[in-house]
Amino acid sequence: MSSMPKTLFDKVWERHVVVPETADHPATLYIDLHLIHEVTSPQAFTVLKERGLKVRRPDRTLATIDHSTPTLLNDDGSRPFVTKQAEAQVKTLLANVAEHDIEVHGWESENRGIVHVMGPELGATRPGMTIVCGDSHTSTHGAFGAIAFGIGTTQVGHVLANQSILMRKPKTMAVYVDGELSEGVTPKDVILAIIAKIGVGGGTGYALEYRGSVFENMSMDGRMTVCNMSIEAGARCGMVAPDDKTFAYLEGRKFAPSSDNGDYLAACEDWASLASDPGASYDKEVFLKAEDIRPMVTYGTHPGMAMPIDALIPDAADEAEENALSYMQVKAGEEITGLKVDRVFIGSCTNSRMEDLRAAAQIMSGARVVDGLTAIIVPGSELVKKQAEAEGLHEIFTAAGAEWREPGCSMCIAMNGDKAAPGELVVSTSNRNFAGRQGPGARTILASPETAAAAAISGVLVDPRIFSNTGEDAHDVV
Amino acid sequence: MSFEPLKTITSKTLVLPAANIDTDQIIPARFLTVTTRDGLGKHAFNDWRYNDDGTPNDHLLNQDSSPQCQILVGGHNFGCGSSREHAPWALTDYGFRVVISSEIADIFRGNSLKNGLLPIVIEKSAHQWLLDHPGEDVTVDLEKCEVRLPKNGGTYSFDIDAFSRHCLMEGVDEMGYLRAQDVAITEFEARHGDN
Ligand code: SF4
Repeated sequence: MSSMPKTLFDKVWERHVVVPETADHPATLYIDLHLIHEVTSPQAFTVLKERGLKVRRPDRTLATIDHSTPTLLNDDGSRPFVTKQAEAQVKTLLANVAEHDIEVHGWESENRGIVHVMGPELGATRPGMTIVCGDSHTSTHGAFGAIAFGIGTTQVGHVLANQSILMRKPKTMAVYVDGELSEGVTPKDVILAIIAKIGVGGGTGYALEYRGSVFENMSMDGRMTVCNMSIEAGARCGMVAPDDKTFAYLEGRKFAPSSDNGDYLAACEDWASLASDPGASYDKEVFLKAEDIRPMVTYGTHPGMAMPIDALIPDAADEAEENALSYMQVKAGEEITGLKVDRVFIGSCTNSRMEDLRAAAQIMSGARVVDGLTAIIVPGSELVKKQAEAEGLHEIFTAAGAEWREPGCSMCIAMNGDKAAPGELVVSTSNRNFAGRQGPGARTILASPETAAAAAISGVLVDPRIFSNTGEDAHDVV
Repeated sequence: MSFEPLKTITSKTLVLPAANIDTDQIIPARFLTVTTRDGLGKHAFNDWRYNDDGTPNDHLLNQDSSPQCQILVGGHNFGCGSSREHAPWALTDYGFRVVISSEIADIFRGNSLKNGLLPIVIEKSAHQWLLDHPGEDVTVDLEKCEVRLPKNGGTYSFDIDAFSRHCLMEGVDEMGYLRAQDVAITEFEARHGDN
């Protein structure tokens, strides 16, 4: 007798149910990996202390500092925290992890990085796991076939104390993108097109699974970019089935099963079995054609207000969108290219990995950042920084007049002091364009690293495809 | 964490009609460097309420009577964005106990329930009535899972997970329930191994 075909999500979920859900109670779900950082954990440790509780599994908890951390160094090597409070927050995290014996990647670690860049790099993120973090972009880790989602601080406390959370099983949505992406279309463009299609609230209550040839052919860096922004469609998690690329990425990483004995191969075999069974059904299905996707940018104040860069700005659908257009100082019916850009930010857990930096460097190579425009490049982790420097990318950026910074969240959330001035237009590779996200009054356009780099050397928003693969000559175009 | 039990509330509503009010509007990131949860109410919707020099402007939220409103009515898809629990902390510290919208983002919803803030997703017509009638006395009855609108606005039921409702009505969070599952978790760990 054959059993019911199951989805990837179902299989991973079932492996982690401690107590099944009933009408009266949500399920108790076991958490394999808990990532923590300075911003959303201090109050949770306080609750532990108040209740006299211990961290149940320090060995399943991994910490870093990334959100409030400066991305510049003072001349004497000290760190210019934006406020005493930010510095105290970092110190609090370091004290808490020391007290509870939790592995931390702090200032001295060569693995420190944005929490969602660091987890995969360490091999701490693996297929079939449940992963949580007090940060909504935890969905990034779904690129490995893990159920990974953001939680609030109360739940951070629950996981610290119980290694479990209470949760009802979400519905599932399959997002199919089949076909072949056109030249110059990146994973960022794919996910912005998906969010534009299903809407910022369209994924609420669902776990997404990205399916189809586009994701099969996509690199792990690209899959992370896609899964990262699942939450911008309202979905707490998004997943891609693990495959040979996933296994190759993990081999040899610190927490990955050892390749010296049979562990790694056995793990790969198990991971391969997680893919959705043929015929598995989803609560909802969405279809996009790869050929229809063009380089995308946002034009409003949420990620669902995204459009092809070569299209005209759409009409406002309601009053909120009207306000968004006026906040952004753009007009419906006009071209978005040609907008004057004040700042470019290449970084964040969405687009700060090697593939992103290589793409940006290729466009900026031999060119100059336009006078009066500030471009900052913030690698996602110490490892990315080291690798980029080994490849000479930092020299390309600095020769172009961009700033090469220390790893961290930086202008993605603008709580460490890296921010734009009121009214400035920022082309940003991050994930949120909410009003004021990058500084009060700052206007954000979300885009791929290619589009951001092209804006930096053009001074205006341009279609990055004019720079692709045409070598030096392309720089004469603008 | 504990909070006042919530059973029935009758209060004037405060209406913020914009759709997609995100957590960066509710509490901007630069106020997240705190290590405690108190006192965030003064920064709720900070960038809507204060001038560049930090003085309060004439926003509805700055009116003397507003902090007495326990029911916040928000536009569609309220609370989208980040997982920061600072958002419900700021709202409850300001004085709200209930948020009503036609759609509320998942993580914000979950965070609210854990902090004594009742998120209510209500049907479109009732939502529209609420948007059209700011400042009316509305009753939220958690025992009956009902919102009662004055002036013949009608009575509307809402859904809430039974367990969350229990926690809100008793003023307890979920930690105690999870602690009580210690044995089941230990047994699970033995089965589950190291993966
Ligand atoms: S880079 Fe941005 S989205 Fe990613 S973890 Fe940091 S603040 Fe959150």
